[in-house]
Order: sequence, then C-alpha cells, then structure tokens
Amino acid sequence: MYKYDHYDQAMVDARVEDFRDQTRRRLAGQMTDDQFKPLRLKNGLYLQLHAYMLRIAIPYGTLDSRQLRKLAHIARTYDRGYGHFTTRQNLQFHWIKLEQAPDILAELAEVEMHCIQTSGESIRNISADHYAGAAADEIMDPRPWAEMLRQMTTFHPEFSYLPRKFKICVIAAEEDRAAMRWHDFGLRIVKNPNDDGAGEIGFEVYPGGGMGRTPFIAYKARDFVPQHQIFSYLQAVLRVWNRHARRDNIHKQRMKILVHELGEEEFTRQVEAEFQRILTLKTDFPQAEYDRIAAYFEPPAFESGLPDEIDRSDPDFAVWVDQQVAEHKAPGYAIANISLKKIGGIGGDITAEQMEVVADLAERYSFDELRVAHTQNLVLPHVRKQDLYEIWQTLREAELADANLDLVTDIIACPGLDYCSLANARSIPVAQKIAERFANHERQQDIGELKIKISGCINACGHHHAGHIGILGVDRKGTENYQLLLGGSGDEHTTQAKITGPGFTEDGVVDAVERAVERYREIREPGERFLDTYRRVGMDGFKEAIYG
Amino acid sequence: MADQTSPLPLAGGAGGGSDHAHIPSPNPSRKREGDYLRFRDDAAADEPAVSLDAFFEQPNAVSVRIEAGDDPERLIPFLDRVKLIEVDFPKFRDGRGFSTARILREAGYTGEIKATGEVLVDLVWFLRRCGFDSFAPNVAIDPAVLESVLARYPYVYQHAEDGAVPIWQLRHPELARG
Repeated sequence: MYKYDHYDQAMVDARVEDFRDQTRRRLAGQMTDDQFKPLRLKNGLYLQLHAYMLRIAIPYGTLDSRQLRKLAHIARTYDRGYGHFTTRQNLQFHWIKLEQAPDILAELAEVEMHCIQTSGESIRNISADHYAGAAADEIMDPRPWAEMLRQMTTFHPEFSYLPRKFKICVIAAEEDRAAMRWHDFGLRIVKNPNDDGAGEIGFEVYPGGGMGRTPFIAYKARDFVPQHQIFSYLQAVLRVWNRHARRDNIHKQRMKILVHELGEEEFTRQVEAEFQRILTLKTDFPQAEYDRIAAYFEPPAFESGLPDEIDRSDPDFAVWVDQQVAEHKAPGYAIANISLKKIGGIGGDITAEQMEVVADLAERYSFDELRVAHTQNLVLPHVRKQDLYEIWQTLREAELADANLDLVTDIIACPGLDYCSLANARSIPVAQKIAERFANHERQQDIGELKIKISGCINACGHHHAGHIGILGVDRKGTENYQLLLGGSGDEHTTQAKITGPGFTEDGVVDAVERAVERYREIREPGERFLDTYRRVGMDGFKEAIYG
Repeated sequence: MADQTSPLPLAGGAGGGSDHAHIPSPNPSRKREGDYLRFRDDAAADEPAVSLDAFFEQPNAVSVRIEAGDDPERLIPFLDRVKLIEVDFPKFRDGRGFSTARILREAGYTGEIKATGEVLVDLVWFLRRCGFDSFAPNVAIDPAVLESVLARYPYVYQHAEDGAVPIWQLRHPELARG
C-alpha cells in the first residue's frame, strides 16, 4: 500500500498544527462558533447530540496493522474503547473532546493518517472497490488513481469552499461493489473502447449521483477520458458546479441538483468546454508520478503451488467459508470478509480489542493489509486458503465470526437519533430488531442475498435509496415513523428504491419487512434473489402482502 | 510570477525581508473596517470600483467589482484596460470567488485582484493560491495569525495561480510541467 514520502508527511503534520491553532483560537474566543464550524468540519469534527464526533479518513478503505492498532489506541485513550466504520470506508469516534482533537490528529499523523476533508463542503475521502488488488474481475488495481486523486484534491485552493460535499468513487471492474453511481463523481477504469484493442487506459465518468433528500443516480457523461487527463476533467466538473450551483438553499446545492436543473446534455456541454480550457493549463500529473505511486500497489509476493482446497470438515467453519470468503485472483488465495454485523450489535462498531485482533490477523496472514467495505465490514484481502481455518478460529474467539455477508442481517444503518443531531428517528434499534427476527442462519441462507439499508432521516446516510429493502425514519407528529422502500441497488444495475406506501411504527416496520420477505419466498423463481423477484413482479407483487 | 514552493512571506514577519510582498499599514482613507492587505509592489488603483454592468458603460473605468454570481468571463475581452478587480465574498462559505479569480488569471490578467467581504484569515492562503493579491475584508485579521497561516503549509499538491511548484513536480525535478 501507499507510503508517505517526506512531502506527504509534511503536509499532514502541517494540518495538525493548522488545526491545533484553529482550535486554540476558537477556545480563546478569537472566532465565533459559526466561523469555526466549517474549519472543524473540514477536519472531520462534527458536534453531535452528546459530544464531538471525529471522522478519520481511510483512503480507498485500505489500512495496515500499524494504523488499526493506532485506532485501537485512540479508541481507548480518547474515546470509550470502540470505533465505528462508516459507509464511506472511514472510521469515526463518537465521544471526542474538542480540546483533545489536535492531539488525536498528531497521533494519527504518526501512522500516515489524517482527517482532512472528511466532512464539510469539501472533496471528501475517495472511496474504491474494497476488493481492489484482489478481485479476479478487475482490469487493474484502481487504488493508484484513487491515491493520485487524493493528493490532487487535498487542499485544492479553488475548491476549498464548494457549494456542498463532493464524493468520488473509483472502481475497475464490471461488477460494482462500491455503489459508484451513487457518488457525485463516479469513475470506472476501462480500456479505450475506440482504439482497436490497443488497450489505452482511461475512465468512464459518471457525474451527478448522490443520495440525500433528493436522490439521483449518476449518468455517464463520457465513455472515455484518457488517464492522464482525468484531473483536468475533474477540475472542469468542479468548476462548472462551483460557479453555477445555487447558494441560497443548502438542500439544493449538491451537484446532482445542478445536473438535474441544467439537464445532463447541457451540464456535459459546459463541462466539455471547461475541460478543453483546463487541459491547456497542463495541470495533470505525468506518467512518472503515476508510476511512482503505482509501484506501492504492486501485488504482494503471492506464493505459488499452494493448495487450492479448503478443509471443510468442521461444519461451523464451512458455513463461515461459504458466506464470508470470496474468490481471489491468485491461486491458493482467498478474500476473507469479517462481519461487523453481530446479531444484536451495532453495525460497523468494533472494540479496541477486536481492532487489535484484526490487526494481528492482517499482519500475520494478509500481507499486513486490510480493507474497509462501504457495507461497514472489514476484509482480509490476501489470505492463503490453508490459513482460513486458523483465521476463523481467531475471529470466533473475538466474536467476529458471524457468517452473514450480504444476507438479511448484514444491515447498513446510520447512527440515527442515538447519536446524530440531524436524525428524526432511531436506526440502530430497528436494525437490531430485524437482525434478531432473522437471526436463524438457515433462514437467512434460505432468503439469500438481501441488502437492507436504514436511514434515520432524509439525509440518507444509511443508504436507504440503495437498499433492496430500504427503511427511512421520519418524524411524524412527534413520533418516530418508518417508511418502507423496495428495489434499490448500488450495484452495476443501480436503481433507486421506491416507497411502498404509508409508514409504520418501529415494531410495525420490522413486521412489514418480514411480510415482504415471506412474500418473496412464496413467489420467487429458482435462483432469484429478492431484488430479482422485485424487478420481475414490481411493487404490485408485494404491496398486498405488506399492507394486507 | 517566479516559481516558489511556499506562499509569499510577509515583510517584517518571521519570514520577512522578501522583496515580493509587503503589508501596508491600514489605509486611513478607507472607510471599510479592518485591514487592507496588499501583496503587490505597484501603485494601487485609486479609482473606486464600479459594478460589472457600469464598467461596460464607462469606457474609462479601470476598476471593476464582481459580485458573487456575476460571470467573470464577460470581462475577459476588456482585461487590457483593467487595473483592479474586486471580488466580493458575501459570506465566507460562498466559494464562487475562488473560481472567478482563477478564470481571470487563466485569461492572462496580471492586475490586482482584491478579495472583499467576509474574508476570514483561514481563507487567505487558498485565495492567494487562486490569484488574489490584495484583501480588504470587513472582518478584522490579526497580522500574527495571518503570518502563521500563510507560512503553515510548506508545499502544495497542485498547480494554481501562485506559481508554487506542486509536490509531484518536486518529486520529478527532471520533468517539465505537464
């Protein structure tokens, strides 16, 4: 994985001092909270219901053991002994004291980590396929490009005070594991479709996506942007938006709204005109710099001649393997997914002790590499199949061996009203009740792939628009009420979920989910997932079962 | 502008002695509150800036004011006669002025670009990089804080309008730009 050189380190160290000074000035009363707010937000520090929350960037979801151990140390020293992995592959701590935040940044800088642009109206941490570098179906590892874009968008002067947040995602496979088209700017690395097989690398570009209260799926603006022009193209997109977005209503300032109001064709036309102008400025980085960064992402030294068989004689282990292990591009290796969705727990939460267990596993079995998935699970990307049994035993002792990847209990839920000052309703208890309802593993396996996503307000941090089953908590005359949605997806056939009808109480929505699931089991055809059945029969096929 | 790896230091400060820049004392003739910071050595235009629409009606006008939301590209054909462009920041969160300055610099304008309005000290480094070379904020700026803010970041990651050499180019000194 990427290692800082003295330039990268100097910039992160400078940010620590910058934020220390900003915090000092705020605490000394030299600026108002209104003036301090965007400065702390650009550094990932939110004021929530009970305390400050600090969001730490995990660029493209890649971590090593040293970094995860540092996060465990921070959890113990500055928080309450645990952290929370987010849907943007980041980690956040929910019980932070403002005056300690600069010290935490200094600790993070020791292990090449930071909180730069993890919130606020800025270009956010860049997400990527969590199987990058390991997946059999990728055309290349997308992370060198994500790292390039990380650097080029760090403290970009022109785009320091954007109309709203801006999220970038990079993938390099047909299969979309990262919800790319739900981002403001989605990139898929492809080979030039028009160069007669010469294989020039470039990008399909998808601007204008995003969830929130007005969801839009990003559209394809170009089949191919040559690789060494992508930063110019990105700057063109950002400039058109920065200049022309509304500034009078914070709910209408995301780029997706401008794209919608101008229309895709006109937005594309303006971007193309700006792109041609920016290209002449020669601000793109050269091949030599790409090569320097890509060298850090060379595949690890995989052994050859390893056994490709897995000893499945322990039935509990076999259950875990079937659910949590994915195909790796190297023979004898596998991708092992670690569930952070324990039944009755809080999805994405992990204790300091569990972080250390996972860090040890990464160091010992996975070339010292770890990934965070946007589904709030962890990944050991490069493990020998012959080591899986030992890994599983260790995970089981740490209560990390749940076998529910992509099943009905692998729920994304935002922190909701338990933590968040924006929320209208609680999300975590709803997720817990659904998980308990479907806790039986045979039942989960029978239901198969089913992605439930729960948001506690219309800002959609729990991705309810992309849920096969989505749940949206709203405030209805002072009581929490839950709308049910069906048919969303963040995969390569991205769709937006639709509301079923009138909302439910907290217990009522759990029952409604179960009725929808049972309806699916009645009418599914062989091999159909819940989403496939929904797409075949539509809302009408479910509505009566849900509402009776 | 000469290539440099850090923002222009301030005369009289810890990094002082530079012949590139100076901070004049607050101009007593100005009615605006707060400091007027100028990072240029030439004489300041003494004409009050007129609105963009008025500028087109006044062939002798050399100072023009661009409000947030005005289209700076309208000015491009007339840049030869312009000495001062004021770009207003009605709220510090309104970042349109950053693009305005870059568009003017990219078009070849070398005169003064002044940031007015709610220009907070933590914005100045970014604004300097976008091509602003004077500041007349309606909020007070502590010179000591400004000095530390401008000296804080030793490098930059990307080309902008301040001539600073981006990190990738420092890593590959053998390469020309682009």
